[in-house]
Amino acid sequence: MIEAIFQYEFLQNAFLAGAIIGIIAPLLGAFIVVRRLSLIADALSHVTLSGIAAGLYLGQAVPSFGAVNPLYFGMIFSIGGSLLIERLRSVYKHYQELAIPIMMSGGIGAGVIFISLADGFNTDLFSYLFGSVSAVSRGDLFAVMAISVIVLLTVFLLYKELFILSFDEEYAKASGIPSKAVHFAFIILTALVIAVSMRIVGILLVSSLMTLPVAAAMRIAKGFKQTIWLSVLFGETAVLVGLFSAFYLDLAPGGTIVVTSIILLLVIIMWKKERN
Amino acid sequence: MEQKTVINIRDVSFRYDRENVLEHINLSVPQGAFVGLVGPNGSGKSTLLKIILGLLKVKEGKVELFGIPQHKFKDWDQIGFVSQKANSFNTGFPATVFEVVMGGLAKKIGIFRRPRQNEREAVEKAVKAVGMEPYLKRNIGDLSGGQQQRVFIARAIVSNPSILILDEPTVGVDSQNVESFYHMLTYLNKELGMTLLLVTHDIGTISDKVTHVACLNKYLHFHGSMKKFIQLDEQELSHLYGHGIRLLDHHHDH
Repeated sequence: MIEAIFQYEFLQNAFLAGAIIGIIAPLLGAFIVVRRLSLIADALSHVTLSGIAAGLYLGQAVPSFGAVNPLYFGMIFSIGGSLLIERLRSVYKHYQELAIPIMMSGGIGAGVIFISLADGFNTDLFSYLFGSVSAVSRGDLFAVMAISVIVLLTVFLLYKELFILSFDEEYAKASGIPSKAVHFAFIILTALVIAVSMRIVGILLVSSLMTLPVAAAMRIAKGFKQTIWLSVLFGETAVLVGLFSAFYLDLAPGGTIVVTSIILLLVIIMWKKERN
Repeated sequence: MEQKTVINIRDVSFRYDRENVLEHINLSVPQGAFVGLVGPNGSGKSTLLKIILGLLKVKEGKVELFGIPQHKFKDWDQIGFVSQKANSFNTGFPATVFEVVMGGLAKKIGIFRRPRQNEREAVEKAVKAVGMEPYLKRNIGDLSGGQQQRVFIARAIVSNPSILILDEPTVGVDSQNVESFYHMLTYLNKELGMTLLLVTHDIGTISDKVTHVACLNKYLHFHGSMKKFIQLDEQELSHLYGHGIRLLDHHHDH
Protein backbone atom coordinates (compact mmCIF):
# COMPACT_ATOMS: atom_id res chain seq x y z
CA MET A 1 0.00 0.00 0.00
CA ILE A 2 2.83 2.40 0.79
CA GLU A 3 3.97 1.97 -2.82
CA ALA A 4 0.46 2.52 -4.04
CA ILE A 5 0.33 5.81 -2.18
CA PHE A 6 3.32 7.07 -4.11
CA GLN A 7 1.92 5.73 -7.32
CA TYR A 8 -1.66 6.96 -7.33
CA GLU A 9 -2.57 10.57 -6.92
CA PHE A 10 -6.04 9.75 -5.55
CA LEU A 11 -4.51 7.74 -2.70
CA GLN A 12 -2.09 10.56 -1.91
CA ASN A 13 -5.01 12.94 -1.75
CA ALA A 14 -7.05 10.69 0.50
CA PHE A 15 -4.23 9.91 2.94
CA LEU A 16 -2.91 13.44 3.20
CA ALA A 17 -6.39 14.87 3.62
CA GLY A 18 -7.19 12.12 6.13
CA ALA A 19 -4.02 12.68 8.12
CA ILE A 20 -4.75 16.40 8.38
CA ILE A 21 -8.39 15.89 9.31
CA GLY A 22 -7.27 13.37 11.93
CA ILE A 23 -5.54 16.30 13.64
CA ILE A 24 -7.93 19.21 13.26
CA ALA A 25 -11.24 17.42 13.83
CA PRO A 26 -10.35 16.04 17.31
CA LEU A 27 -8.52 19.30 18.14
CA LEU A 28 -11.67 21.35 17.71
CA GLY A 29 -13.66 18.40 19.02
CA ALA A 30 -11.96 18.74 22.41
CA PHE A 31 -13.47 22.21 22.81
CA ILE A 32 -16.82 21.11 21.38
CA VAL A 33 -17.15 18.19 23.79
CA VAL A 34 -16.22 20.07 26.95
CA ARG A 35 -18.64 22.82 26.00
CA ARG A 36 -21.38 20.20 25.60
CA LEU A 37 -21.94 21.16 21.99
CA SER A 38 -21.34 17.67 20.53
CA LEU A 39 -24.71 17.57 18.83
CA ILE A 40 -24.08 20.86 17.09
CA ALA A 41 -21.44 19.13 15.00
CA ASP A 42 -24.12 16.65 13.94
CA ALA A 43 -26.61 19.36 13.05
CA LEU A 44 -23.98 21.23 11.03
CA SER A 45 -23.00 18.14 9.08
CA HIS A 46 -26.59 17.73 7.96
CA VAL A 47 -26.72 21.36 6.88
CA THR A 48 -23.49 20.77 4.98
CA LEU A 49 -25.24 17.94 3.16
CA SER A 50 -27.88 20.32 1.85
CA GLY A 51 -25.10 22.64 0.68
CA ILE A 52 -23.32 19.80 -1.16
CA ALA A 53 -26.61 18.67 -2.71
CA ALA A 54 -27.32 22.25 -3.77
CA GLY A 55 -23.84 22.40 -5.31
CA LEU A 56 -24.34 19.13 -7.18
CA TYR A 57 -27.73 20.28 -8.43
CA LEU A 58 -26.48 23.72 -9.51
CA GLY A 59 -23.58 22.03 -11.26
CA GLN A 60 -26.10 20.12 -13.36
CA ALA A 61 -28.62 22.88 -13.87
CA VAL A 62 -26.34 25.86 -14.50
CA PRO A 63 -23.34 24.92 -16.66
CA SER A 64 -21.20 27.75 -15.33
CA PHE A 65 -21.44 26.25 -11.81
CA GLY A 66 -20.25 22.88 -13.08
CA ALA A 67 -16.63 23.76 -12.41
CA VAL A 68 -17.23 24.84 -8.80
CA ASN A 69 -16.38 22.21 -6.18
CA PRO A 70 -19.63 21.37 -4.31
CA LEU A 71 -17.48 21.39 -1.16
CA TYR A 72 -17.56 25.20 -1.23
CA PHE A 73 -21.34 25.19 -1.24
CA GLY A 74 -21.13 22.83 1.71
CA MET A 75 -18.85 25.27 3.57
CA ILE A 76 -21.13 28.24 2.88
CA PHE A 77 -24.19 26.33 4.07
CA SER A 78 -22.31 25.07 7.11
CA ILE A 79 -21.27 28.58 8.14
CA GLY A 80 -24.79 29.87 7.51
CA GLY A 81 -26.13 26.98 9.57
CA SER A 82 -23.78 27.68 12.46
CA LEU A 83 -24.93 31.29 12.60
CA LEU A 84 -28.57 30.19 12.50
CA ILE A 85 -27.96 27.77 15.37
CA GLU A 86 -26.52 30.61 17.43
CA ARG A 87 -29.55 32.71 16.60
CA LEU A 88 -31.94 29.89 17.55
CA ARG A 89 -30.07 29.25 20.78
CA SER A 90 -30.71 32.81 21.84
CA VAL A 91 -34.35 32.67 20.70
CA TYR A 92 -34.97 29.53 22.81
CA LYS A 93 -32.88 30.57 25.80
CA HIS A 94 -34.25 27.84 28.05
CA TYR A 95 -34.41 25.09 25.41
CA GLN A 96 -31.14 25.67 23.62
CA GLU A 97 -30.95 22.08 22.37
CA LEU A 98 -34.04 22.74 20.25
CA ALA A 99 -31.77 24.51 17.78
CA ILE A 100 -30.22 21.14 16.92
CA PRO A 101 -33.29 19.17 15.72
CA ILE A 102 -34.52 22.27 13.91
CA MET A 103 -31.30 22.65 11.94
CA MET A 104 -30.84 18.91 11.48
CA SER A 105 -34.23 18.34 9.92
CA GLY A 106 -33.99 21.60 8.01
CA GLY A 107 -30.64 20.52 6.57
CA ILE A 108 -31.86 17.06 5.58
CA GLY A 109 -35.13 18.47 4.23
CA ALA A 110 -33.43 20.99 1.97
CA GLY A 111 -30.83 18.36 1.05
CA VAL A 112 -33.49 15.86 -0.05
CA ILE A 113 -35.14 18.50 -2.24
CA PHE A 114 -31.88 19.30 -3.99
CA ILE A 115 -31.08 15.60 -4.37
CA SER A 116 -34.47 14.97 -5.98
CA LEU A 117 -33.98 17.95 -8.26
CA ALA A 118 -30.60 16.55 -9.26
CA ASP A 119 -32.29 13.28 -10.30
CA GLY A 120 -31.71 11.22 -7.20
CA PHE A 121 -28.72 9.45 -5.72
CA ASN A 122 -25.56 8.77 -7.61
CA THR A 123 -22.12 7.51 -6.60
CA ASP A 124 -20.90 11.04 -6.07
CA LEU A 125 -23.49 11.68 -3.42
CA PHE A 126 -22.87 8.28 -1.82
CA SER A 127 -19.23 9.26 -1.31
CA TYR A 128 -20.31 12.47 0.40
CA LEU A 129 -22.56 10.55 2.77
CA PHE A 130 -20.11 7.86 3.86
CA GLY A 131 -16.72 9.13 2.81
CA SER A 132 -14.47 7.80 0.11
CA VAL A 133 -10.86 6.82 -0.47
CA SER A 134 -11.04 7.43 -4.19
CA ALA A 135 -13.15 10.56 -4.51
CA VAL A 136 -10.79 13.07 -2.84
CA SER A 137 -9.52 15.45 -5.50
CA ARG A 138 -6.47 17.70 -5.47
CA GLY A 139 -8.89 20.58 -5.07
CA ASP A 140 -10.40 18.93 -1.98
CA LEU A 141 -6.92 18.36 -0.56
CA PHE A 142 -5.99 22.01 -1.02
CA ALA A 143 -9.21 23.05 0.70
CA VAL A 144 -8.40 20.76 3.63
CA MET A 145 -4.86 22.18 3.85
CA ALA A 146 -6.05 25.80 3.77
CA ILE A 147 -8.67 25.19 6.45
CA SER A 148 -6.19 23.31 8.63
CA VAL A 149 -3.74 26.22 8.54
CA ILE A 150 -6.53 28.57 9.65
CA VAL A 151 -7.65 26.18 12.41
CA LEU A 152 -4.17 25.50 13.79
CA LEU A 153 -3.26 29.17 13.77
CA THR A 154 -6.49 30.25 15.43
CA VAL A 155 -6.32 27.62 18.16
CA PHE A 156 -2.65 28.43 18.77
CA LEU A 157 -3.30 32.17 19.07
CA LEU A 158 -6.63 32.00 20.89
CA TYR A 159 -5.89 28.95 23.03
CA LYS A 160 -6.28 30.59 26.44
CA GLU A 161 -9.41 32.48 25.42
CA LEU A 162 -10.97 29.31 24.01
CA PHE A 163 -10.00 27.44 27.15
CA ILE A 164 -11.61 29.94 29.52
CA LEU A 165 -14.72 30.22 27.39
CA SER A 166 -15.07 26.44 27.52
CA PHE A 167 -14.31 26.11 31.19
CA ASP A 168 -16.43 28.88 32.58
CA GLU A 169 -18.35 31.14 30.24
CA GLU A 170 -19.58 33.51 32.93
CA TYR A 171 -16.06 34.05 34.18
CA ALA A 172 -14.81 34.64 30.65
CA LYS A 173 -17.32 37.44 30.24
CA ALA A 174 -16.61 38.89 33.68
CA SER A 175 -12.87 38.97 33.11
CA GLY A 176 -13.39 41.09 30.03
CA ILE A 177 -12.08 38.82 27.28
CA PRO A 178 -13.98 39.27 24.00
CA SER A 179 -16.00 36.12 24.51
CA LYS A 180 -18.55 36.81 21.78
CA ALA A 181 -15.89 37.29 19.14
CA VAL A 182 -13.95 34.23 20.29
CA HIS A 183 -17.09 32.12 20.31
CA PHE A 184 -17.95 33.39 16.84
CA ALA A 185 -14.52 32.46 15.51
CA PHE A 186 -14.85 29.06 17.14
CA ILE A 187 -18.23 28.29 15.62
CA ILE A 188 -17.06 29.35 12.13
CA LEU A 189 -14.01 27.08 12.46
CA THR A 190 -16.25 24.21 13.50
CA ALA A 191 -18.44 24.74 10.45
CA LEU A 192 -15.41 24.77 8.15
CA VAL A 193 -13.82 21.66 9.66
CA ILE A 194 -17.06 19.75 9.37
CA ALA A 195 -17.41 20.76 5.73
CA VAL A 196 -13.91 19.62 4.76
CA SER A 197 -13.87 16.50 6.95
CA MET A 198 -16.90 14.97 5.35
CA ARG A 199 -14.98 14.24 2.14
CA ILE A 200 -13.16 11.51 4.07
CA VAL A 201 -15.51 10.44 6.86
CA GLY A 202 -18.79 11.32 5.21
CA ILE A 203 -21.51 13.62 6.38
CA LEU A 204 -23.30 11.10 8.53
CA LEU A 205 -20.21 10.21 10.52
CA VAL A 206 -18.17 13.40 10.60
CA SER A 207 -19.25 14.42 14.10
CA SER A 208 -17.96 11.13 15.47
CA LEU A 209 -14.41 12.08 14.50
CA MET A 210 -14.83 15.21 16.62
CA THR A 211 -16.31 13.47 19.64
CA LEU A 212 -15.19 9.82 19.95
CA PRO A 213 -11.43 10.48 20.25
CA VAL A 214 -12.17 13.18 22.84
CA ALA A 215 -14.47 10.87 24.76
CA ALA A 216 -11.60 8.37 24.98
CA ALA A 217 -9.00 11.02 25.90
CA MET A 218 -11.12 12.46 28.70
CA ARG A 219 -11.15 9.11 30.48
CA ILE A 220 -7.41 9.15 31.09
CA ALA A 221 -6.05 12.68 30.56
CA LYS A 222 -4.65 14.91 33.28
CA GLY A 223 -5.55 18.42 32.28
CA PHE A 224 -6.94 19.99 29.15
CA LYS A 225 -3.75 20.15 27.09
CA GLN A 226 -3.25 16.45 27.59
CA THR A 227 -6.87 15.87 26.61
CA ILE A 228 -6.16 17.64 23.33
CA TRP A 229 -2.95 15.72 22.60
CA LEU A 230 -4.55 12.37 23.34
CA SER A 231 -7.63 13.26 21.29
CA VAL A 232 -5.43 14.07 18.31
CA LEU A 233 -3.46 10.86 18.82
CA PHE A 234 -6.61 8.73 18.93
CA GLY A 235 -8.22 10.60 16.04
CA GLU A 236 -5.14 10.20 13.85
CA THR A 237 -4.90 6.50 14.69
CA ALA A 238 -8.54 5.98 13.81
CA VAL A 239 -8.22 7.81 10.49
CA LEU A 240 -5.08 5.96 9.37
CA VAL A 241 -6.22 2.51 10.47
CA GLY A 242 -9.64 3.25 9.00
CA LEU A 243 -8.28 4.40 5.64
CA PHE A 244 -5.93 1.40 5.31
CA SER A 245 -8.66 -1.09 6.06
CA ALA A 246 -11.12 0.75 3.81
CA PHE A 247 -8.63 0.54 0.96
CA TYR A 248 -7.81 -3.14 1.43
CA LEU A 249 -11.32 -4.35 2.19
CA ASP A 250 -12.97 -2.03 -0.33
CA LEU A 251 -15.22 -0.39 2.27
CA ALA A 252 -16.39 3.17 2.77
CA PRO A 253 -13.80 4.83 5.06
CA GLY A 254 -16.46 6.59 7.13
CA GLY A 255 -17.48 3.24 8.55
CA THR A 256 -14.00 1.86 9.17
CA ILE A 257 -12.80 5.11 10.82
CA VAL A 258 -15.76 5.30 13.15
CA VAL A 259 -15.61 1.61 14.08
CA THR A 260 -11.88 1.98 14.81
CA SER A 261 -12.68 5.00 17.05
CA ILE A 262 -15.31 2.99 18.90
CA ILE A 263 -12.90 0.10 19.47
CA LEU A 264 -10.26 2.53 20.75
CA LEU A 265 -12.83 4.09 23.07
CA LEU A 266 -13.90 0.71 24.47
CA VAL A 267 -10.28 -0.35 25.03
CA ILE A 268 -9.58 2.88 26.92
CA ILE A 269 -12.71 2.57 29.06
CA MET A 270 -11.88 -1.03 29.98
CA TRP A 271 -8.22 -0.25 30.60
CA LYS A 272 -9.19 2.58 32.92
CA LYS A 273 -11.60 0.29 34.81
CA GLU A 274 -8.92 -2.36 35.12
CA ARG A 275 -6.48 0.16 36.56
CA ASN A 276 -8.85 1.42 39.26
CA MET B 1 -6.74 59.72 56.98
CA GLU B 2 -9.10 59.98 54.04
CA GLN B 3 -9.48 56.56 52.45
CA LYS B 4 -9.81 56.20 48.71
CA THR B 5 -13.14 54.88 47.47
CA VAL B 6 -12.59 52.00 45.06
CA ILE B 7 -16.20 51.14 44.30
CA ASN B 8 -18.75 53.93 44.26
CA ILE B 9 -22.39 53.24 43.46
CA ARG B 10 -24.70 56.25 43.27
CA ASP B 11 -28.47 56.01 43.13
CA VAL B 12 -28.56 52.83 41.06
CA SER B 13 -31.91 51.19 40.29
CA PHE B 14 -32.37 48.06 38.24
CA ARG B 15 -35.32 46.05 36.94
CA TYR B 16 -35.70 42.81 35.03
CA ASP B 17 -38.70 43.27 32.73
CA ARG B 18 -41.20 44.87 35.11
CA GLU B 19 -39.86 43.59 38.38
CA ASN B 20 -37.80 46.07 40.35
CA VAL B 21 -34.78 44.32 41.78
CA LEU B 22 -32.76 47.23 43.10
CA GLU B 23 -34.00 50.67 44.12
CA HIS B 24 -31.82 53.73 44.63
CA ILE B 25 -28.73 51.94 45.85
CA ASN B 26 -25.87 53.99 47.25
CA LEU B 27 -22.80 52.08 48.26
CA SER B 28 -19.16 53.03 48.57
CA VAL B 29 -16.34 50.64 49.31
CA PRO B 30 -13.20 52.19 50.78
CA GLN B 31 -9.80 50.83 49.84
CA GLY B 32 -8.58 48.06 52.11
CA ALA B 33 -12.04 47.32 53.53
CA PHE B 34 -13.55 43.88 53.99
CA VAL B 35 -17.21 44.50 53.15
CA GLY B 36 -19.91 41.94 53.83
CA LEU B 37 -22.92 42.41 51.57
CA VAL B 38 -25.76 40.53 53.23
CA GLY B 39 -29.38 39.96 52.38
CA PRO B 40 -31.89 37.15 52.03
CA ASN B 41 -32.26 35.11 48.84
CA GLY B 42 -33.68 37.15 46.00
CA SER B 43 -32.69 40.45 47.56
CA GLY B 44 -30.72 41.55 44.52
CA LYS B 45 -27.23 40.75 45.83
CA SER B 46 -26.10 38.90 42.75
CA THR B 47 -27.66 41.53 40.51
CA LEU B 48 -25.69 44.23 42.30
CA LEU B 49 -22.48 42.22 41.81
CA LYS B 50 -23.20 41.77 38.12
CA ILE B 51 -23.70 45.51 37.85
CA ILE B 52 -20.36 46.20 39.53
CA LEU B 53 -18.65 43.69 37.23
CA GLY B 54 -20.26 45.28 34.18
CA LEU B 55 -22.18 42.11 33.30
CA LEU B 56 -25.44 44.06 33.52
CA LYS B 57 -25.80 47.51 32.06
CA VAL B 58 -26.95 50.24 34.44
CA LYS B 59 -29.69 52.47 33.08
CA GLU B 60 -30.44 54.45 36.22
CA GLY B 61 -27.74 55.81 38.47
CA LYS B 62 -23.99 55.52 38.08
CA VAL B 63 -21.13 53.26 39.03
CA GLU B 64 -17.53 54.36 39.46
CA LEU B 65 -14.57 52.03 39.80
CA PHE B 66 -11.36 53.56 41.15
CA GLY B 67 -12.93 56.95 40.49
CA ILE B 68 -13.52 56.21 36.81
CA PRO B 69 -17.05 55.96 35.37
CA GLN B 70 -17.71 52.29 34.69
CA HIS B 71 -18.30 52.62 30.94
CA LYS B 72 -14.84 54.12 30.58
CA PHE B 73 -13.16 51.65 32.94
CA LYS B 74 -10.64 49.38 31.22
CA ASP B 75 -8.52 47.90 34.04
CA TRP B 76 -10.70 44.86 34.63
CA ASP B 77 -7.80 42.78 35.90
CA GLN B 78 -7.82 45.08 38.93
CA ILE B 79 -10.99 43.29 39.99
CA GLY B 80 -10.94 39.60 40.84
CA PHE B 81 -14.21 37.69 40.93
CA VAL B 82 -15.16 34.36 42.49
CA SER B 83 -18.63 33.22 41.52
CA GLN B 84 -20.92 30.75 43.20
CA LYS B 85 -19.11 27.57 42.33
CA ALA B 86 -22.16 25.44 41.68
CA ASN B 87 -23.53 27.76 39.04
CA SER B 88 -20.84 28.22 36.57
CA PHE B 89 -18.52 25.32 36.07
CA ASN B 90 -18.87 21.70 35.18
CA THR B 91 -16.99 19.43 37.56
CA GLY B 92 -16.06 16.85 34.94
CA PHE B 93 -13.99 19.35 32.99
CA PRO B 94 -10.54 17.92 32.31
CA ALA B 95 -8.38 20.83 33.49
CA THR B 96 -5.56 20.88 36.02
CA VAL B 97 -5.39 23.37 38.90
CA PHE B 98 -2.52 25.03 37.03
CA GLU B 99 -4.59 25.44 33.87
CA VAL B 100 -7.58 26.84 35.76
CA VAL B 101 -5.51 29.41 37.64
CA MET B 102 -3.67 30.40 34.46
CA GLY B 103 -7.09 31.33 33.11
CA GLY B 104 -7.04 34.25 35.53
CA LEU B 105 -4.15 35.78 33.62
CA ALA B 106 -5.72 35.61 30.17
CA LYS B 107 -6.83 39.21 30.13
CA LYS B 108 -3.51 40.48 31.45
CA ILE B 109 -1.43 38.46 28.98
CA GLY B 110 -3.59 39.80 26.17
CA ILE B 111 -5.25 38.25 23.17
CA PHE B 112 -3.05 36.32 20.66
CA ARG B 113 -0.24 36.04 23.24
CA ARG B 114 0.90 32.97 25.09
CA PRO B 115 1.96 32.74 28.74
CA ARG B 116 5.65 32.98 29.63
CA GLN B 117 7.84 32.01 32.54
CA ASN B 118 6.87 34.94 34.80
CA GLU B 119 3.19 34.17 34.29
CA ARG B 120 3.80 30.53 35.21
CA GLU B 121 5.54 31.69 38.37
CA ALA B 122 2.63 34.01 39.20
CA VAL B 123 0.29 31.02 38.93
CA GLU B 124 2.44 28.96 41.28
CA LYS B 125 2.59 31.84 43.73
CA ALA B 126 -1.19 32.33 43.74
CA VAL B 127 -1.79 28.61 44.20
CA LYS B 128 0.63 28.68 47.12
CA ALA B 129 -1.14 31.68 48.69
CA VAL B 130 -4.34 29.64 48.95
CA GLY B 131 -2.48 26.58 50.21
CA MET B 132 -3.12 24.37 47.18
CA GLU B 133 0.40 23.87 45.83
CA PRO B 134 0.41 20.07 46.33
CA TYR B 135 -2.49 19.85 43.87
CA LEU B 136 -1.03 21.88 41.01
CA LYS B 137 -1.16 19.05 38.47
CA ARG B 138 -4.39 17.48 39.65
CA ASN B 139 -7.65 17.69 37.71
CA ILE B 140 -10.00 20.23 39.26
CA GLY B 141 -12.83 17.67 39.25
CA ASP B 142 -10.88 15.39 41.60
CA LEU B 143 -10.81 17.99 44.40
CA SER B 144 -13.29 18.61 47.20
CA GLY B 145 -15.67 21.58 47.10
CA GLY B 146 -13.57 23.60 49.53
CA GLN B 147 -10.37 22.88 47.61
CA GLN B 148 -12.02 23.85 44.34
CA GLN B 149 -13.14 27.13 45.84
CA ARG B 150 -9.56 27.86 46.93
CA VAL B 151 -8.45 27.23 43.38
CA PHE B 152 -10.99 29.75 42.14
CA ILE B 153 -9.69 32.28 44.66
CA ALA B 154 -6.19 31.64 43.31
CA ARG B 155 -7.49 32.28 39.81
CA ALA B 156 -9.08 35.51 40.98
CA ILE B 157 -5.94 36.82 42.72
CA VAL B 158 -3.32 35.63 40.23
CA SER B 159 -3.49 38.88 38.27
CA ASN B 160 -2.81 40.74 41.53
CA PRO B 161 -6.08 42.66 41.68
CA SER B 162 -6.74 45.31 44.32
CA ILE B 163 -10.37 44.25 44.74
CA LEU B 164 -11.63 40.72 45.20
CA ILE B 165 -15.38 40.13 44.84
CA LEU B 166 -16.82 36.86 46.15
CA ASP B 167 -20.38 35.65 45.56
CA GLU B 168 -21.42 33.21 48.31
CA PRO B 169 -18.05 31.48 48.17
CA THR B 170 -18.76 29.00 50.95
CA VAL B 171 -21.85 27.39 49.42
CA GLY B 172 -21.00 23.71 49.14
CA VAL B 173 -18.00 23.97 51.44
CA ASP B 174 -18.29 21.84 54.56
CA SER B 175 -18.43 23.70 57.86
CA GLN B 176 -15.02 22.47 59.03
CA ASN B 177 -13.33 24.10 56.07
CA VAL B 178 -15.39 27.29 56.18
CA GLU B 179 -13.40 28.60 59.14
CA SER B 180 -10.01 28.07 57.49
CA PHE B 181 -11.48 29.54 54.31
CA TYR B 182 -12.31 32.79 56.10
CA HIS B 183 -8.93 32.69 57.74
CA MET B 184 -7.40 32.77 54.28
CA LEU B 185 -9.65 35.70 53.26
CA THR B 186 -8.53 37.66 56.31
CA TYR B 187 -4.93 36.96 55.28
CA LEU B 188 -5.59 38.34 51.79
CA ASN B 189 -7.24 41.43 53.30
CA LYS B 190 -4.79 42.19 56.09
CA GLU B 191 -1.48 40.96 54.72
CA LEU B 192 -1.85 41.55 51.00
CA GLY B 193 -4.01 44.68 51.44
CA MET B 194 -6.74 43.43 49.12
CA THR B 195 -10.16 45.08 49.27
CA LEU B 196 -12.78 42.37 49.70
CA LEU B 197 -16.48 42.49 48.85
CA LEU B 198 -18.15 39.33 50.07
CA VAL B 199 -21.75 38.47 49.31
CA THR B 200 -23.52 36.13 51.67
CA HIS B 201 -26.96 35.44 53.09
CA ASP B 202 -25.44 34.43 56.40
CA ILE B 203 -24.30 37.36 58.52
CA GLY B 204 -23.54 35.13 61.51
CA THR B 205 -20.35 33.63 60.15
CA ILE B 206 -18.85 36.85 58.86
CA SER B 207 -19.76 39.30 61.62
CA ASP B 208 -16.41 39.03 63.40
CA LYS B 209 -14.36 39.12 60.20
CA VAL B 210 -15.61 42.02 58.12
CA THR B 211 -14.89 45.72 58.63
CA HIS B 212 -18.06 47.00 56.93
CA VAL B 213 -21.56 45.69 56.40
CA ALA B 214 -24.15 46.49 53.77
CA CYS B 215 -27.64 45.03 54.11
CA LEU B 216 -29.56 44.69 50.91
CA ASN B 217 -33.13 43.84 50.15
CA LYS B 218 -34.07 45.69 47.01
CA TYR B 219 -33.15 48.84 48.98
CA LEU B 220 -29.88 49.20 50.78
CA HIS B 221 -31.02 49.21 54.40
CA PHE B 222 -27.79 49.72 56.18
CA HIS B 223 -24.34 50.57 55.08
CA GLY B 224 -21.59 51.35 57.47
CA SER B 225 -18.75 50.05 59.57
CA MET B 226 -19.10 46.89 61.62
CA LYS B 227 -18.90 48.94 64.82
CA LYS B 228 -22.02 50.89 63.92
CA PHE B 229 -23.78 47.75 62.83
CA ILE B 230 -23.28 46.10 66.20
CA GLN B 231 -24.80 49.13 67.92
CA LEU B 232 -28.11 48.69 66.08
CA ASP B 233 -30.90 47.47 68.34
CA GLU B 234 -32.95 44.40 67.66
CA GLN B 235 -35.90 46.19 66.13
CA GLU B 236 -33.70 47.93 63.63
CA LEU B 237 -32.01 44.65 62.81
CA SER B 238 -35.30 42.97 62.07
CA HIS B 239 -36.02 45.75 59.62
CA LEU B 240 -32.85 44.95 57.79
CA TYR B 241 -33.93 41.42 57.23
CA GLY B 242 -36.27 41.55 54.38
CA HIS B 243 -39.24 43.68 55.27
CA GLY B 244 -39.20 45.83 52.21
CA ILE B 245 -42.92 46.51 52.37
CA ARG B 246 -42.76 47.97 55.82
CA LEU B 247 -39.98 50.20 54.66
CA LEU B 248 -42.15 51.39 51.82
CA ASP B 249 -44.65 52.55 54.46
CA HIS B 250 -41.93 54.52 56.14
CA HIS B 251 -41.36 56.28 52.87
CA HIS B 252 -44.98 57.39 52.87
CA ASP B 253 -44.58 58.86 56.32
CA HIS B 254 -42.03 61.36 55.13
